[in-house]
Amino acid sequence: MDQVVRRTEPSAAAVPPPSVHLRVRGVTKRFGGFAALDDVSLEVGSGRLVCFLGPSGCGKTTLLRVIAGLEAQDAGTIEIGGRDVSRLPPPQRDFGIVFQSYALFPNLTVEQNVGYGLANRGKGRREIAARVAELLALVGLTDQGGKYPAQLSGGQQQRVALARALATSPSLLLLDEPLSALDARVRVRLRDEIKTLQRRLGVTTVMVTHDQEEALAMADRIIVMNGGRIEQTGTPAEIYARPASAFVARFVGEMNMLDGVVAGPGRVRIAGLVLACAGLGTRPVGARVRLGLRPEEVRIRGVSADAPNALAVSVDPLDFLGPFCRATLHPVAAPGLAIQADLSANAVRDLGIREGQALTVALPPELLRVFDAGTEEGS
Amino acid sequence: MTAAVAGLAPPRRRISAETIVMRAGILALLAFLLLALALPLATLLAKSFQDSEGRFAGLANYARYFATPTLVASLWNSFWVAAVSTAIVVPAAFLYAYGLTRTRMPAKPLFMALALLPLFAPSLLSAISFIYIFGNQGFLKSWLMGASVYGPIGIVLAQVFYCFPHALMILVTALALADGRLYEAAAAMGTPRWRVFTTVTLPGARYGLFSAAFVVFTLVITDFGIAKVIGGQFNVLATDAYKQVIGQQNFEMGAVVGFVLLVPAVVAFLLDRLVQRRQVALLSARAVPYEPKAGAARDAAFTAYCALVGGLVAAVLGVAVWASFVTYWPYNLSLSLRNYEFENFEPNGAGPYFASLGMAALAAVLGTAIVFCGAYLVEKGQGLRGARTLAHLLAMLPMAVPGLVLGLGYAFFINARWNPLGALYGTILLLAVNSVVHFYTTAHVTALTALKQIDPEFEAVSASLKVPFYKTFARVTVPVCMPAILDIAVYMFVNALTTVSAVIFLYGPSTKLASISIVHMDEAGATAAAAAMATLIVLTALAAKVLHFVLDRLVFGRLQAWRRR
Repeated sequence: MDQVVRRTEPSAAAVPPPSVHLRVRGVTKRFGGFAALDDVSLEVGSGRLVCFLGPSGCGKTTLLRVIAGLEAQDAGTIEIGGRDVSRLPPPQRDFGIVFQSYALFPNLTVEQNVGYGLANRGKGRREIAARVAELLALVGLTDQGGKYPAQLSGGQQQRVALARALATSPSLLLLDEPLSALDARVRVRLRDEIKTLQRRLGVTTVMVTHDQEEALAMADRIIVMNGGRIEQTGTPAEIYARPASAFVARFVGEMNMLDGVVAGPGRVRIAGLVLACAGLGTRPVGARVRLGLRPEEVRIRGVSADAPNALAVSVDPLDFLGPFCRATLHPVAAPGLAIQADLSANAVRDLGIREGQALTVALPPELLRVFDAGTEEGS
Repeated sequence: MTAAVAGLAPPRRRISAETIVMRAGILALLAFLLLALALPLATLLAKSFQDSEGRFAGLANYARYFATPTLVASLWNSFWVAAVSTAIVVPAAFLYAYGLTRTRMPAKPLFMALALLPLFAPSLLSAISFIYIFGNQGFLKSWLMGASVYGPIGIVLAQVFYCFPHALMILVTALALADGRLYEAAAAMGTPRWRVFTTVTLPGARYGLFSAAFVVFTLVITDFGIAKVIGGQFNVLATDAYKQVIGQQNFEMGAVVGFVLLVPAVVAFLLDRLVQRRQVALLSARAVPYEPKAGAARDAAFTAYCALVGGLVAAVLGVAVWASFVTYWPYNLSLSLRNYEFENFEPNGAGPYFASLGMAALAAVLGTAIVFCGAYLVEKGQGLRGARTLAHLLAMLPMAVPGLVLGLGYAFFINARWNPLGALYGTILLLAVNSVVHFYTTAHVTALTALKQIDPEFEAVSASLKVPFYKTFARVTVPVCMPAILDIAVYMFVNALTTVSAVIFLYGPSTKLASISIVHMDEAGATAAAAAMATLIVLTALAAKVLHFVLDRLVFGRLQAWRRR
């Protein structure tokens, strides 16, 4: 397996763009009057792992089921491997799927579950046994083949489901919230395993999740969905660093949102403050905007009073969260405003920060993201 | 590793063999339900609007019905007998269920089993027992102080015993589902016990009480066997229908009575559905099961009550069994098997017993296969949504159709001149199909419940693995649902064995069933032989239940090791 491609995001320029394996064009799906999917188009490169990320009800699972042929779309087309499968039933689409519940057959052993799709293809008993053994080795369950699903842990069941989905060597792997039924610790371990396995096999993979951390850790590309539409497509770093909308900004990671009005070129008035801001573009004076800043981007070390956007603030409260502290900052000039800031345990110790303390911080102008007011919907 | 997807461009909307199998199954199910349920009922309805020559007569039959005082009198009789029976059974069963679920009294499984005994007997067995107890030669006749048991008193007594387990099962279910946290909260606020009862317990069981009342009312108003055996000159709707059709060959009036009988049953059914729909999940996923606290006085009181009622239920059944072994009631009380020499009382000898056995076995096999496959297609099927919805509605309908009405519908339908199925009249197959349809709803709901509990994605997974649905059905769904399938088979068997009302219009010379033979022997005055036949039925039904229990253990224990963790 020397086809492992090491990608370093975001400088993907060195790697030639992969050929497209899954192409979705203009897919719309309605349930009664409710549009679960509204004109969705996307492409997934061959061998890539793409996450559909969004809150429940955003249409991500429906989109996965449409790709699988388990739901019929009202409009639009699906291509897998260059073949139009829009109207084909699931068995003719060439995919493997892992559900949130795993849907393991409880009355069949692990081996029988993994070999379920092989037995139907006219393969010999020996051939099937060899393939099943190979797959069980692949997911690290070699000695568990004779057990029934109920005798396995949740993580083991998940791996059996994965092995079963991969058994027939599908060109496309669909994962529907595959980790959400597991404990936090097992989840972190398994997501690394799935990622490694996916790269080794080079199988194009679509994973649905509502867990942004999971998506950031696993995906080559993330497709953020909301209200049946795609909000943004990009690499994890792009999505995190440059969210296309306030919705994405708040859904992926956390972000302070400060409502204000453009006060002049590069200046925004917020409550009693005037902040410098780099990304206002051509917005006229008086336009209503929202400025976004992630809690870890608030600068607290070595801020002099004349630094750009330096603010005198008081800390209240200061919540201890283990490796870092979440501070709520109230600017002295606008005490009604609350800005969240994440301070490393180091910084808290070094600067001797306590609740109620006065502090000078800076909101770096180049990091303040600008959104039009009222762009956040449905969250 | 990535499998190359070569192959031809697919034709648009290709219908696979799998889809054809699926659709054929759905259409076959629908055809069965239309043929075996909808058409017979439609024939009955049509008949009630025809004169004896088969011409359309509008509402003339109905007008004649309401102009005949004796017929209207039985309508009234049916109603008040049903109301009185309901008023007795529901509170009595509620207390009994309360004892079983909300106290720490001993021997609960025994009390439950005692109370359920009547389920294994034809309804008319309790009537026969009461004849032996309070009848002309009854050993407790004096207790009635001159009143006759042949009439409303006997009917109500027998109905109370016959309906008791039906009400009990519903109320036990209703009372078993309680959120312990509500009781803890009430106790924490120092709520007096009677107030906890009226504000927590009763509201929680409200829907169960409604349901039990509807079920008992419907059972009583539609039951034929009890009124036939102990009703004497007291006429009710069910016996009217029988007399009009069998006695006077007045089929049109029989059809009218059938429809008059259908109305209260359907109304009760719809009311019940309406009430159940309003029952939002009282029991949230986070509910804590209620654990009764210790209470010596309460437990003693309920033990005494349950022992009394459970003992009475068993005793009433026991009287008939005992009487069947008595040589010549009441003059020679020595025990013998004289009453089991059926060739002395019944032209077919012991034939009806074996006919019943064969019919019940056939109904169990046919019924289980049809009901389970049907429920699978309704619940997990793809495509033909309209046909599946219609099939489900038809499957829910038999619950509201009294056996007598269904039997009449079958008789008219199968004997219609235009019907090529006429050759089936009087065959075991027709009796079995009729029984399957008669008891379809409960079995259908049992199968649906089991199917809803298994993972909804099995079909999707098997489609992704390119395994046709019917293979997964046979290899996974059926084994996983085996306990429910056994339940359905035993339910069908026991009910087909004990039913009277539907089949009494449908048997042929060689297919007279045991339950019908009981009616005939009782009519001919051979009450002891009727009791003997009924005893055989009870023993067979109980044996089936025991076999079920053993099989269940075996299936769980050995063949389904995967259920163990």
